[in-house]
Amino acid sequence: MADKVLMKGNEAIAEAAIIAGCRHYFGYPITPQTEIAAYMAKRMPKIGGTFLQAESEIAAINMVYGVSSTGKRVMTSSSSPGISLKGEGLSYLAGADLPALVINVQRGGPGLGGIQPSQSDYFQATKGGAHGDFRMIVLAPSSVQEMADMTVKGFELADKYRMTAMVLADGTMGQMMEPVSLDYEIGAPIEKPWATTGTKMERPHNIVNSLFLVPDELEKSNFERFERYKYIEENECMYEEYMMDDAEICVTAFGIAARVSKNAINAAREMGIKVGLIRPITLWPFPVAPYKKAADKVKEIISVELSMGQMIEDVKLASECKVPVTLCNRVGGMIPSPEQVLDAIKKAANGGAK
Amino acid sequence: MREKHKRITLLAGHYGSGKTNIAVNLAFELKKNFEKVAIADIDIVNPYFRTKDSQKELEENGIKLICSEYANSNVDIPALPQEIYSIIDDKEIMAVVDIGGDDRGAYALGRYAPGIIEENNYDMLFVVNKFRPLTPDAESTVEIMHEIEEAGKIRFTGIVNNSNIGNETTADDVLNSLSYAEDISRIAGLPVVMTTVMEEIKDALVGKIPNLFALKLQKKLKEML
Repeated sequence: MADKVLMKGNEAIAEAAIIAGCRHYFGYPITPQTEIAAYMAKRMPKIGGTFLQAESEIAAINMVYGVSSTGKRVMTSSSSPGISLKGEGLSYLAGADLPALVINVQRGGPGLGGIQPSQSDYFQATKGGAHGDFRMIVLAPSSVQEMADMTVKGFELADKYRMTAMVLADGTMGQMMEPVSLDYEIGAPIEKPWATTGTKMERPHNIVNSLFLVPDELEKSNFERFERYKYIEENECMYEEYMMDDAEICVTAFGIAARVSKNAINAAREMGIKVGLIRPITLWPFPVAPYKKAADKVKEIISVELSMGQMIEDVKLASECKVPVTLCNRVGGMIPSPEQVLDAIKKAANGGAK
Repeated sequence: MREKHKRITLLAGHYGSGKTNIAVNLAFELKKNFEKVAIADIDIVNPYFRTKDSQKELEENGIKLICSEYANSNVDIPALPQEIYSIIDDKEIMAVVDIGGDDRGAYALGRYAPGIIEENNYDMLFVVNKFRPLTPDAESTVEIMHEIEEAGKIRFTGIVNNSNIGNETTADDVLNSLSYAEDISRIAGLPVVMTTVMEEIKDALVGKIPNLFALKLQKKLKEML
């Protein structure tokens, strides 16, 4: 197993970003994701890259805008309150059709909240995250390996669709250590003819901007962007199904909640309860298909979340409310225990939600 | 395990090298032979997975836990409890000190260093893991060692080889890490005082490695797997 290393989730993100060709990182420290910045601070100077601790999250996201305009792979990372500060910049990136990778290692909120893990930025990440009509591709890793995988994938998707990809992790994912393989085939950089790299007097000026002076041109840019979003919804959904073939009860969860849920499902299976898991890996685009399928055969869907129930709304839409969808959750930095999820499964097996 | 324990065992090393887990296990080991055992957490870097996760088990076994009252809370500031001075002043306590990772973590040790050096009854152990991405070879590891000594104001006296890749670690991985630990030993001029392994693979290594010490994983870490 010599090809594997033992890494924290935050370190795995940082190293994977470097492997993916990212040479520009801008950030501002915040628990529980500071290891990303610390790792970049150590590594970037040694490989000719740029690590810059900005004066604020707002400055960092606008530095991302600047580098992305030149066509280079660039990222920033933060945790919940810091992502809120980046909101304006995220909207500007969307308006200017710029690719970027943004990491959110979530902590409990709202407000300053706490430093323990959470998934309560689901709405913020999947429904736009700031003003204006826009989307981000949202990737939800549930292991340290996937923290690295989703970072690489995020850069690829961001470049391909000229938009922001967000890795939506949580504090536990960021802090826990697991074996990781960082053996990636990185494709040649995608052509970016729109980048502001200097005309060399050979072409017209490229302009990167989110300001439109004429309303119908702004409308047109929105229509075109949403055509692209539609294509992404049809082509880029990722999810995992676990023991769903004969399932009569469906648990659904992402990230750390999915790991806890798998333990509970294994325990329930030992008791003879037919239960499975749908784990969305892309939260936007939300994978509708597996829920549509499940809604025709299961008697209840249990959404396990570290929030007051955010993903559950998309689960209800995707399953068209054909079966009851119930919530099993902890918030404020607490994580549902496998026992709590098992209890919810047992309750569903014994008649369930009315 | 080692034959003779110094009164204070200081554990420092690269971020994520395994110091906390070793510190907790070492405290339990010391408790077998000594009445008064304390473990002090002076980690000012790590927000999660702290010595405090083992508070219940430590206290049930009569091991005194000294840690910031803010550990594992939402108070996100580097705080040190004043009680740490008790392990320096009370010469009857056998103490294990868990120091934060890298030079950044070791700065907290600096303020206690004069008293520890003056008594001169300590081991300052450097925990290494060749499977961590920034310490894959002896040279990079020793570089971090010097940074820690500079910040912590105490020279290391020995090396703990804790090379592992989590729950995928095999006995061969540990055996393959021995030359790495020996290289560090040679460059740094320090002995490898023990090799730590998860207890699940200990049997495959007994007799092949001197000073083998089996570790139990802290409960909270185990639950996350």
